[in-house]
Amino acid sequence: MLLEIRDLRTHYQIEKGTVKAVDGVSFSIGEDEVFGLAGESGCGKSTLIRTIMRLIPDSARVTADRLSFRSQDLLSLSDKEYRERILWKEISLVPQSAMASLNPVHRVGDQIVEAILAHSRMGRREAAQRARHLFEVVGLQAGLTKSYPHEFSGGMRQRAMIAMSLALDPSLIIMDEPTTGLDVLVQERILRKLAEIRQQVKKKKAILLITHDISVIAEMSDRIGIMYAGRLMESAPALDVFNEPYHPYTLGLKNAFPSIKAMDKELISIPGSPPNLIDDLPGCVFSARCPFAIPECDVRRPEFKEIKPKHFAACIRTDRVQEFRKLAGEKETWISSRSKG
Amino acid sequence: MRLDRVKDAVVGQIRIIARHKFGIFGAGIIVFFGLVSLFAPWIAPYDVWETINTAQGKPAILKPPSLEFPMGTTMMGRDILSQMIYATRTTFLIGLVAGLISIVIGANIGLLSGYYGGKLDEAMMRFTDIIYGMPFLPFLIVLIALFGRSIWFVILAICCLVWRTSARVIRAQTLSIRQRQFIQSAKARGCSDLRIIYGHILPNIMPLLLLYTAFNIAWSVLAEAGASFLGFSDPNNLSWGGMLYELWISGKIRTAWWWFAWPSICIVLLVSSLVFISRAYEEVANPRLKQR
Repeated sequence: MLLEIRDLRTHYQIEKGTVKAVDGVSFSIGEDEVFGLAGESGCGKSTLIRTIMRLIPDSARVTADRLSFRSQDLLSLSDKEYRERILWKEISLVPQSAMASLNPVHRVGDQIVEAILAHSRMGRREAAQRARHLFEVVGLQAGLTKSYPHEFSGGMRQRAMIAMSLALDPSLIIMDEPTTGLDVLVQERILRKLAEIRQQVKKKKAILLITHDISVIAEMSDRIGIMYAGRLMESAPALDVFNEPYHPYTLGLKNAFPSIKAMDKELISIPGSPPNLIDDLPGCVFSARCPFAIPECDVRRPEFKEIKPKHFAACIRTDRVQEFRKLAGEKETWISSRSKG
Repeated sequence: MRLDRVKDAVVGQIRIIARHKFGIFGAGIIVFFGLVSLFAPWIAPYDVWETINTAQGKPAILKPPSLEFPMGTTMMGRDILSQMIYATRTTFLIGLVAGLISIVIGANIGLLSGYYGGKLDEAMMRFTDIIYGMPFLPFLIVLIALFGRSIWFVILAICCLVWRTSARVIRAQTLSIRQRQFIQSAKARGCSDLRIIYGHILPNIMPLLLLYTAFNIAWSVLAEAGASFLGFSDPNNLSWGGMLYELWISGKIRTAWWWFAWPSICIVLLVSSLVFISRAYEEVANPRLKQR
């Protein structure tokens, strides 16, 4: 396993209490695998990657049973060791909103050069050469390294950020909402380019893809994790998540996305809103909105267990999932808040 | 490549100033004063403290401007033009050195304070508050009483106080730039704190920094003039303010208009030139001010 995470928690201590932004997340990413992490805004996706990349403020408390990269424990590394050994060389980041992620006063190429110089012994000239090469890899003209960010379109900036993430040939690239804010055609082109790059480069590249756009995830990922209120609800091979979901939240999420095949089908949303992460939730975080919740759901935290090979879900009622799948397609199920049964 | 960048930067600055009519005027005046102070020994017709005799062999006391003495003479029969030329040198030196040192202090305190925040910020800003409470002249008097009258103590005193405003303004700007996404992204790719402060934040606050550089120099010139006028200057280095002091103690301030006109005009010219240049930068820092 390339990246292994078991029971990762990132808590913020604030005046009113403890914000459990990430609360017991477990998953792993293999070499050359694309893991997609989906979830609504504020569910802790970004905190999760910031925790992995060590970009969270010192006030955050991070604990984990295991957080390892190539079986090396990441939590035991000091900031300096992390920066020298792991950051950008092994794990790189394509940050959210490429628009704002380039410094407006520096040339785009120089910012890539800076990343290279910070982590390798390459000379300036060599690094500049590498930046030009990377631009070609992502489908930009090499000469554009001399441009300033404002001279780029959104798609070009996104490509530049991808080029930057490839600078030191890492084995894992974390992409935080890589296509948000781009129109669908550019999105498509970027995604295709990404797939192409992965075939092109010799070294295997795993990707941790984070987005709230289910269609992007479905297209790109080998495996998918569904996150809700700081916890993973379900994780499974890509097709399984959509074809045979086990968690009611995934069922609800599926309803809320349009499908080309069934255009006239009405979209059903999940009533209610996510819980406040400051509250103590002893049971399932989704129970308040779940139409299939029973009293036990409110008190016992469901285990994130393997239901069938490679398919995990955090729900105590998976034994009746056949019935739920049928019911979930009907609007009434979601409107009448709790159908006890 | 490095040299190219320096050239780019300089050309960029010149362009900023040249876009603005007052900016060109200000830059012209400053270049003029700069040349005068640089070549003072070659262009000054007489020595500063030399008493000049007229053709009749009498000292040329309090002569109004004439062909022989274009700016007139003082009570002691000294040539005001020569005094002005040398005084430009002193004033320019003090203004430039004190202004630049104070902006370096202010910018660093502002950047570090704004970037790191927390206890460091608290300590530095409270220190700035204390400096804010210090009145300039009493501070200078104490300094001179302790160390004696010297041009360097005047510079030191000015440096100690002038940085305070720039520190606060630059801190505020740093606080806002620090939150921008590209700083996060620079951090993500492993840039060190110093690299982020000086490589990423500093270039973004450059217009503001240059604006305050001009302000600080102007402020230093005024402070020096004020101190000199009260007699707290180095007697060996005559400045514009020092000339006004000489005039004041001579008691001829009501009659010898040429004696106070030149230094006063030059102080006003130099300070306003600096303000004009800062206006040109202000338009970059705050585009809403653009001339329409």
